[in-house]
Amino acid sequence: MRRFLAATLATFTAVAAAAEPDPSNWEAVTEEARGQTVYWNAWGGSDTINTFIGWIGDRVGEEYGVTLEHVKLSDTAEAVSRVLAEKTAGKDAGGAVDMIWINGENFAAMKRQDLLFGPWVEEMPSWANVDVEGKPAVISDFTVPTDGLEAPWGMAQVVFYYDTARLDTPPTTMEALADYAAANPGRFTYPQPPNFLGSTFLKQALIEFVPDVSVLQAPVDEADYEAATAEFWAFLDGLSPTLWRSGRAYPQNESRQIQLMADGEIDLAISFNPNEASNAIANGQLQNSVRSFVMDAGSIGNASFVAIPYNANAKAGAMVVANFMMSPEAQAMMQDPEVWGLSTVLDLAKLSEDDRARFDALELGIATLPPEELGATLSEPHPSWMVRLEEDWTDRYGVAQ
Amino acid sequence: MPSRCETTTARSRFLPWAPLLTLGIMVGPVVAGVLGTLVPAFGYLPALGSDSFGLNAFVLLFDWPGVTRASVLSVTTGVAATALSLLLVTLICAAWSGSRAFRIIERMLSPLLSVPHAAAAFGLAFLIAPSGWIARATSPWLTGWDRPPDLLILQDPLGLSLIAGLVVKEVPFLLLMTLAALTQIRTTQTRDTALALGYPPVTAWFKTVFPRVYAQIRLPVYAVLAFSMTVVDVSLILGPTTPSTLSVQILKWMNDPDLSLRFLGSAAAVWQLALVIGTLILWRLAEVAIARLGRLWVTSGTRGGATRSIKALSLTAAILSASAIVFGILGLLVWSFAGFWSFPDLLPGGFTTRTWMRHAMNLWPVITETLIIASVSTLIALLLTLACLEAEERHGLKPSSRALWLLYVPLIVPQIAFLTGLQTLAIFTGIDGNRTAVIAVHVIFVLPYVFLSLADPFRAWDSRYGHVARALGAGCDGVLWRVRLPMLLRPILTAAAVGFAVSIGQFLPTLLAGAGRVQTLTTEAVALASGGDRRVIAVYALSQTAAAFLPFAVAVFVPDIVWRNRRGLRHA
Repeated sequence: MRRFLAATLATFTAVAAAAEPDPSNWEAVTEEARGQTVYWNAWGGSDTINTFIGWIGDRVGEEYGVTLEHVKLSDTAEAVSRVLAEKTAGKDAGGAVDMIWINGENFAAMKRQDLLFGPWVEEMPSWANVDVEGKPAVISDFTVPTDGLEAPWGMAQVVFYYDTARLDTPPTTMEALADYAAANPGRFTYPQPPNFLGSTFLKQALIEFVPDVSVLQAPVDEADYEAATAEFWAFLDGLSPTLWRSGRAYPQNESRQIQLMADGEIDLAISFNPNEASNAIANGQLQNSVRSFVMDAGSIGNASFVAIPYNANAKAGAMVVANFMMSPEAQAMMQDPEVWGLSTVLDLAKLSEDDRARFDALELGIATLPPEELGATLSEPHPSWMVRLEEDWTDRYGVAQ
Repeated sequence: MPSRCETTTARSRFLPWAPLLTLGIMVGPVVAGVLGTLVPAFGYLPALGSDSFGLNAFVLLFDWPGVTRASVLSVTTGVAATALSLLLVTLICAAWSGSRAFRIIERMLSPLLSVPHAAAAFGLAFLIAPSGWIARATSPWLTGWDRPPDLLILQDPLGLSLIAGLVVKEVPFLLLMTLAALTQIRTTQTRDTALALGYPPVTAWFKTVFPRVYAQIRLPVYAVLAFSMTVVDVSLILGPTTPSTLSVQILKWMNDPDLSLRFLGSAAAVWQLALVIGTLILWRLAEVAIARLGRLWVTSGTRGGATRSIKALSLTAAILSASAIVFGILGLLVWSFAGFWSFPDLLPGGFTTRTWMRHAMNLWPVITETLIIASVSTLIALLLTLACLEAEERHGLKPSSRALWLLYVPLIVPQIAFLTGLQTLAIFTGIDGNRTAVIAVHVIFVLPYVFLSLADPFRAWDSRYGHVARALGAGCDGVLWRVRLPMLLRPILTAAAVGFAVSIGQFLPTLLAGAGRVQTLTTEAVALASGGDRRVIAVYALSQTAAAFLPFAVAVFVPDIVWRNRRGLRHA
């Protein structure tokens, strides 16, 4: 009996393997995708982003007959956990997750554990227009090579926003920020790590305090962690008691920060989308006296990706969705400040005149910095740094006072 | 007198098994789930490469720096919320039962009960936050605040706002249970006797009625205690985060990409279960101690009692508790139509339907899913309940008081302790993440409530109607379908409404059994809670409240319409 089962299983696996969609034969992929339902696991805490994902769903439904279901996560780790659990249980096909919005340590973890399907990205039609030279982050995710396992679809960069009605000249170094917080207790905070934006604040600060920035590009084990982070923790120890609620509670994420800003509880906040403040003003969520600024040291930038788990049920459908997300139509929609305002991954020079016109027509939002003022993008540290910082942060500030 | 109904149709052969089947459906998954938590907690989970037993996970748990605070928080918030709710309910009953104010309170009950926990918590959060309605209403003219004060009210480390959020929802539930208990014991006579002997009303009530009422509501009180100690959704909205309560932390561990943390999560779930059992035992001991003191107090014959101040105090507390929900919902309503709304304005600068328009498209599929799950699980629970009650009638299978305990098993065993185990089992057997699984899990929680609401009216039905129908030639089934059930239309609809509301309010069961793929109004609302835009939260929380409230309205109006030509049945 057992042998029979094993044989059957082997046959199924073989059939499944033979049936993997091949992105170089794009017609076959779209053919296979028609009628599939793609469960896209993506963080669901932002109304703006959810609406954009809904629009993607409508468009791929019309164009390719693919049904897109947005599985709203409160943390991307939930999807990673799910795939890993399925692999552990031996469920190597027909998995529950078809596509994940991913980057950083989650991508690194999935890649390390062979949980991803591919490579598939660089053979897709839309890949031709991606700006690999100008935006190296599209193939290097927190220093980890993407190797065609995840498709980039948006560029994010850290900015801060502040209320000009309450704050004349915002602090543009971490030292100045600490001074401001000390002089105005309770008027600054950041999302509670391991929320990705909160962790990003930690990394943004670490970059200013680490004696040698280059150690951040290699795994944390290879560096002298104590020496690299001593000044940074000293800064955070000084900052924490001057934070909103004296650091005894933190907002969960960026949307909660916007509410705090609108209520006048805080004076400035960090964001991972240069257009977030403009967008919130347009939606009536923020007062229109809010503007953006960046730190003198530059700001961390990265790309958002989608990846397909190795056991996904609708791989062809997921590819079709990813390919559409990298199309000029979807990219221009995404970059529209009225919609979301995340920067495109495309090289506009490679586009046709008509497609370029879509981007030229977009106007900068009221609180969005023009590209020349956004300044240099700093590379993300190796993902292991983020994991270590999050653990230490939780031990220091997250469990007991 | 049970009627003799010895036919041999398939249905009647099934009937004697109904109580056993019902118990199996309710208790089986709980037992399986607890096992699914226990085994990995002690290190055995071959699928994760561990096939020997050990205490490693517990060592890790007690090394976690937050364990003491999280555990203490679980016990203090649970006990405080339960004790406060119980105190308030008994004070209201002692001071006001039988009065006109009491009838108004009774009428407010169903709507308050139907408000889902998450929606009530959101509403409360907006009222009491430093930037909330209360602060807005009193600023700047009274408080001098032109900006929200930096006060740690929500997510406070002591869990005070969490306790408040639990109390406003548990008071209506305990009050309902107390009212049901009061109808079963003759209270007027004893109270009148005590009054005649010169006891003031409140003292009379506590000395003569309370001991018997408490014996009746003991199980619901235990359910409230277990629930309050382990609640997840309310804690996510109002509870502290540095660290969070134990149940929230367990959920984080169970969802971590590092699967080895599942051992830790399971161990923490077992620890949580132990905490609940320990607290229940302490509560029981406290009952004994208080009963002993109470007996001394009763036999001492003292006639003292501050009736007037207790009346005023309890009414104020009841009004406060009810207004927290009512104004909370009102606040959500205003937010859902708000344009930009700055502090300390009492109302938004402008009103817009934009949030509703934007979410109408997303809402529909979620509402449909929620309603399907609630309807099917309620229908299953209703059929099983009716089958049990009819079996009791025809075959004399009356449950003992011990069997009644079993009914409370799903309500007393903490959800976090057995649902995580069920999830582990489900993933490693490959069945999970669909609507059927969610419905099956909802039935576990809907059934006890439907049974508890329907059993008394069903048993109280005057069996002489049945005898008349039998004499006129109706069979046993005929009596059931054509006489008894139609006459019990109102209680059946009410029980269904209760079941419906329970299903709609389920957060953790939906999340875990549905693998996040089955989205209901509650899971959406709580997911969005992390998002923080009050307008969107308001839209979802209001939709959730409306979905839960609608069946109560149906239960009130449908019998009036169906029985418009049968006056005696309208208020049956």
